[in-house]
Amino acid sequence: MKILVCLKQTFDTEAKITLDSNGKIESKGVSMIMNPYDEFAVEEALRIKEKGEGEVTVISVGGQQTQDALRQALAMGADKAVLVDPGEIELDEFSTATVLAKTIGGMEYDIILGGFRAIDDGSAQVVGRVAELLNIPVVNVVTKLEIEGGKALATREVEGGSEVIEVALPAAFTAQKGLNEPRYPSMKGIMKAKKKPMDKKTLADVGLDENQIAAKVKALSFSLPEARQAGKVIPGEAAEAAKELARLLREEAKVI
Amino acid sequence: MAKGIWVFAEQREGQVKKVSFELLSEGRKVADQLGEELCAVLVGKNVSDLTEAVSAYGPDKIYVIDNDALENYTTDGYTNAVSDLVKKYEPSVLLFGCTVTGRDLSAQVAQRFQTGLMTDCTGMEVVDGQLVFTRPIYAGKAIVKASCPEARPAMATIRPNTFAAVENAKQAEVINVEYGAGDIRQVIKDIIRQVSERPELTEANIIVSGGRGMKGPENFKLLEDLADVLGAAVGASRAAVDAGWVSHSFQVGQTGKTVSPVLYIACGISGAIQHLAGMSSAKCIVAINKDEEANIFKVADYGIVGDLFEVVPILTEELKKIMAS
Repeated sequence: MKILVCLKQTFDTEAKITLDSNGKIESKGVSMIMNPYDEFAVEEALRIKEKGEGEVTVISVGGQQTQDALRQALAMGADKAVLVDPGEIELDEFSTATVLAKTIGGMEYDIILGGFRAIDDGSAQVVGRVAELLNIPVVNVVTKLEIEGGKALATREVEGGSEVIEVALPAAFTAQKGLNEPRYPSMKGIMKAKKKPMDKKTLADVGLDENQIAAKVKALSFSLPEARQAGKVIPGEAAEAAKELARLLREEAKVI
Repeated sequence: MAKGIWVFAEQREGQVKKVSFELLSEGRKVADQLGEELCAVLVGKNVSDLTEAVSAYGPDKIYVIDNDALENYTTDGYTNAVSDLVKKYEPSVLLFGCTVTGRDLSAQVAQRFQTGLMTDCTGMEVVDGQLVFTRPIYAGKAIVKASCPEARPAMATIRPNTFAAVENAKQAEVINVEYGAGDIRQVIKDIIRQVSERPELTEANIIVSGGRGMKGPENFKLLEDLADVLGAAVGASRAAVDAGWVSHSFQVGQTGKTVSPVLYIACGISGAIQHLAGMSSAKCIVAINKDEEANIFKVADYGIVGDLFEVVPILTEELKKIMAS
């Protein structure tokens, strides 16, 4: 079983966001992590592999610092990593998906996994786009995945419940929280990861040029939200305060 | 040349989602400004009955694909259907609610037409003849304005509760289109419904949410009672989910759902940055917490420093009286 995991390096969830002198998101000095949803994808890949024979390859599109996230996946137990560094150009989801699909197109795979969204831009579309480009089915927001006999049974979260979807492999799946509990890399895993292959590619190496991946979406401006102002604390004992709150919600805020 | 502002009218089991009405209402304004038609897209089985409900929100046309194969949502089935329409009629803009289905479907259609898709938007405006979308990123810690200037259709998913649904009945022209057969590779084996009378979290006008201060799963009953008085949904913080008290589908925050209700009542929630990211666009926030230093009070419009186990039941009774009056 050949399993590919698409992963992204993102800002830490605790990161404070500021703008740089060009009015763009400042990335200097921000601690970076593997997108938490992609950790679920890596973990699931490892579990599938551990049930039988298999190989797990992690792939990312990003700058050289992205190697840290890939090494973390190798330390968790992935076998090899591929990093495509597109250089200093603006990417959107179309661009990233095009690079990933072109890279994956030259590889063998049965299963493609990724987080259902990244916590930075939260666009939740790259893996779906990759599946469309590779002409394989996708199942999103998966909370349970069973692989057997060239097929997958995926439970996905939908509003007000869940669905169980069967697809034939090869197929792509995106991980939702609840799919598994990702492992921490062991010391042994971290040592081993240093020797595992990290294949670093450029756009040209995967057979693309900048025009072919030009972003469709243009970011026009970035801003920081206005901080919410603290309102009033309602004084008094529980009964008194609760009564006053109910009145304020109706008469002042007019929200009920 | 591509023409027309399209809204995907999402339906599930014969009910059109409220967010679709919201998009039609706002889409009407945008279409008028751009001098383009507003069209709704209705896909499913027996959906012809729903055209009346949809036309109440002002579309000029409703494109309908009604087919047995589309009874339940499947990624391939709906992607094929919507893509057939897009190919045939070439809209300039295609909007979806940012729901599980909207996200799933929009990504596939966007790639099929190699176009741009801006997700989870909280605003749209016409600037120099272009639609510009507002998107919170980094879970609301920053905001980007973006457009898709060339590729067509320009696509976006819009967060529920962003726009008001305003009835504006029009005699819409209904155009029925055959479903062109295509493979549906996702086979639905089972559909599990959680039976709940409460609204869906991301679409709810009011949310009552509990955190670590709830102390255990059994105490969520208190919040359910309050929610039922208000017709609200129940949510939770990551702490409550990680403790195993409620399922992840209730989680509000950066690694859960992002919500923008009219009223958000946070009970026993400290207000970690990752929780605030998911709910700070609520119009009115109420915090009930024992700890007067809790972060949640910094964003709350109304706060009660007190024991939620005392305050919430009284609040429920008071609101019951008010709602009845």
